[in-house]
Amino acid sequence: MPAMAPSKKSSASTGVGVRRRPRTAYLLLIPGLGWLSIFFVVPLISLFATSLQAPTGKNGVYQAAFQVSNYAEAIAEYWPQFVRSFIYSGIATVLALVIAYPLAYFIAFRAGKWRALLLVLVVAPFFASFLLRTYAWRTILADEGFITSFFNMLHLLPEQRILNTPIAVVLGLTYNFLPFMILPLYAALERIDPRLIEAAGDLYASPFTGFRKVVWPLSLPGVVAGTLLTFIPASGDYINATLLGAPSDRMVGNAIQTNFLQFRDYPIASALSFILMAIILTLVFVYIRRAGTEDLV
Amino acid sequence: MRKPMSAEAAAIVRMSRSALSRRRLLQAAGVSGVAVAAAACGAGGGDDSGSASGSAAPETSAATDVSDSEKIVNWANWPLYIDVDDETGAYPTLEAFQQASGITVNYTEDINDNNEFYAKVRAQLESGQSIDRDIVVLTDWMAALWINNGFAAKLDKANIPNAANLNPAYLNVGFDPNRDYTLPWFSGFGCFGWNTAALQETLGTDKLVTLDQLWDPALKGRITVLSEMRDTMGIILAAQGYDPSNFTDEQFQEGIAVLQTQIDSGQIRQVAGNDYVAALETGDVIAVIGWSGDMFQLGEDYGVGLPESGAMLWTDNMLVPSTATHKKNAEQVMNYYYDPVVAAEAAAWVQYISPVAGAREAMAEIDPELVDNEWIFPSSTMLDNSYVFMTLTPEQDEAYQREFQKAIGL
Repeated sequence: MPAMAPSKKSSASTGVGVRRRPRTAYLLLIPGLGWLSIFFVVPLISLFATSLQAPTGKNGVYQAAFQVSNYAEAIAEYWPQFVRSFIYSGIATVLALVIAYPLAYFIAFRAGKWRALLLVLVVAPFFASFLLRTYAWRTILADEGFITSFFNMLHLLPEQRILNTPIAVVLGLTYNFLPFMILPLYAALERIDPRLIEAAGDLYASPFTGFRKVVWPLSLPGVVAGTLLTFIPASGDYINATLLGAPSDRMVGNAIQTNFLQFRDYPIASALSFILMAIILTLVFVYIRRAGTEDLV
Repeated sequence: MRKPMSAEAAAIVRMSRSALSRRRLLQAAGVSGVAVAAAACGAGGGDDSGSASGSAAPETSAATDVSDSEKIVNWANWPLYIDVDDETGAYPTLEAFQQASGITVNYTEDINDNNEFYAKVRAQLESGQSIDRDIVVLTDWMAALWINNGFAAKLDKANIPNAANLNPAYLNVGFDPNRDYTLPWFSGFGCFGWNTAALQETLGTDKLVTLDQLWDPALKGRITVLSEMRDTMGIILAAQGYDPSNFTDEQFQEGIAVLQTQIDSGQIRQVAGNDYVAALETGDVIAVIGWSGDMFQLGEDYGVGLPESGAMLWTDNMLVPSTATHKKNAEQVMNYYYDPVVAAEAAAWVQYISPVAGAREAMAEIDPELVDNEWIFPSSTMLDNSYVFMTLTPEQDEAYQREFQKAIGL
């Protein structure tokens, strides 16, 4: 009997634990939910209300209304910026994936004792401000700089320059959001059991087939997370287009900024933000649905 | 065109270089720029429209002045727009004021862009709440907006006897006749700037005189214009033969068409705020429409000049927000800076145009080399060749801003 006691006790305590878990989980949710409702839901509602406001005739002052035409106006006026945003951020996301995957693969499987250091290096750019890092690219891509001179020597640049062209904007986006691609990829790859790859080899899979049938499918959660973390902020970004682009390369983030700060046209700016959010949500929804099936594999 | 710099001036430029680049960064979105003030200076600027509403500025109930019990004043200004001791980082003239008056000045450099600053404090001003600032420095058109909206407190000139030292050219401005609400802080030109060696190489000349030179195909993709609508459009309008201080909608459209053509063709590489200075320094850009103070600071390899057809003249103004609680102290600060000697000390450091009469005479004592610096004390020829941008009604301002932003890509 005494020998039974501990197991009984432990099973009893487990039972209590199971019963308590939901309540504890809800308690733990409170800070997060509180944060989200105060700093996300409330501003979102306020933003939505603003997007439907109507002008009062006084500059920068608007009144509550239900002016849905703000949305039509925003799309009619700024559709080129929307298209450009998604093209630029789409290319940047693909480039980031192509650059990040081999790097993350190397760090996860081959880096050995250097792994920690390499991960720190991936995050290192974040120690400097986003704005300053982008400014630095203006120097790197300057007309007299060696990169531009090199490509000009090969006559590869239609405008004889990189800075203030769409190329510079896409490069800036790729660079600035690259760590957001590398880290989730690394996290996914690192979890893969190397023995699975060995097993693929034992079953006469070529290295490429092994990668295609084993590593790639297992890393897909990282690919999905990385592409989302890159694509979403890149589509709303305006710093890169401002600092590295030309007037003809403006993105939707620039349109939102200009409407908020220059025109003080808060309804149109809010409508633009909501349209951007809606498009991104739709794209993400479709993407995740497809990623969840075998379609992407 | 510009005289070689004196040893002292060169030393000042060197000393302030690092600090200035910080300023450029901070003001990247486009410093003050722009104008409407100093009416009589230009070819009859700031004439019509005046206070945009047509009626007197609405009076908001003034906040209680606690100046006598609280010996402090909160002053918001643009970065590096006052004399700074390069060794200690202190503000010499401001410290002298604090010692003489016993008033503590909380000086903050938190205005980087007129529109951004306005967006930050607008809600408080509208609901009559304090914005914790007793003096703000705003460019003419923004100061006009504050006066029209009733966000500015009327100055008690009895507390500012030195206001009599205001250069008469600045007295009669459309947005504030008689200067009841504002006193100018500094002025500057919107004009041409260039890299002399590179200009010689591409255009075979060492100075820019006309806008057509800027549109020369040899400079394609190597020029920038200011994102400040009033400076860029003003210079284009003047070059079209129109009067930037008095033009019609059709004339503005013509100007926009010129800008649009040059943007679309790729002639204009970028539309820039203060960061055009960096582009000049890296060599990406050869010539710009920029601001005189910046160009002066760049040094001897760069040239600065007013367009033959006319430059733009802008002014930044001190004003007391309607909700300020230390108005009397603020007026004492204004009075202090309208002492010609103090004004000259500040001007010697910031190197923009001082609006205080007698500052030039006082400068002889402080730095004789700067007395003949025409970018601090412009000649009447220069002023005659400059325009103050037309005062716009809020509706016009909005419409023109939209046209301008559309032409530059938004």
